[in-house]
Amino acid sequence: MNDAPLLQKVVITNPQGFHMRPMAAFAQLASRFQSSVKVSREGQSVNGKSILDLMLLAAAQGTELTLEVAGPDAQDALDALVKLLKTPPTEEEASEPSI
Amino acid sequence: MRMSDFVVREAIVPDLPPTNKEGVIRAMVESLRAAGQFRGADLEDIIRAILKREFLGSTGIGRGVAIPHTKHNSVDRLVGTVAVSHKGIAFDSLDGEPVYVFVLLISPQDRPGDHLRALENVSRSLRDDNFVRALRGATTREEIIALLDRAEH
Repeated sequence: MNDAPLLQKVVITNPQGFHMRPMAAFAQLASRFQSSVKVSREGQSVNGKSILDLMLLAAAQGTELTLEVAGPDAQDALDALVKLLKTPPTEEEASEPSI
Repeated sequence: MRMSDFVVREAIVPDLPPTNKEGVIRAMVESLRAAGQFRGADLEDIIRAILKREFLGSTGIGRGVAIPHTKHNSVDRLVGTVAVSHKGIAFDSLDGEPVYVFVLLISPQDRPGDHLRALENVSRSLRDDNFVRALRGATTREEIIALLDRAEH
């Protein structure tokens, strides 16, 4: 088994940035995996399973985040989390005043 | 941005009565209105918008903390307030636990960056367990203001 962490960069495309709703979805999804999940921005690295940690990133649209996933289900976790970050907001969400 | 840049001191609610999610949000938004932060006519619309956001997923993020929020065109800068409940209020939190410390934010329509920086700032303060414990123990507006001032790094 390869224990080296898997890394992937993702650019935030949501016009509202990486805001609280996607953060909650991200942390809940990350928590379903055994692997550790770190998210970093310009050297600041936080625990991807904690919303409070993710809030520290303040990642607006266009920000590049790096995911670092390590553990037995790292590849599945990374694929699922990248997919979640790349999913554009639904039309309803995009037109909503809510954030 | 620091928490004291957007927390309206006169709008802090130091001792929420026992209530439900809507009651907390109403008390906090009314307190911001009483402090003159937006037109009275916008009150119900703001409350509705915040409740609608809660319906999409609770902003009770665990550890006894919730951050209800919305965008609304009634404000031209980000404003917020803090409320404390000593008994805890059911808020559909992600960890299922009651909420004791509330930070409510109203952002202008087109400034997502300010909202994200406010969340960052709230996180910097609320990740400190001692700070949250002290807030939960505070009983007056002055105590909460002093804690917020001290929490600035």
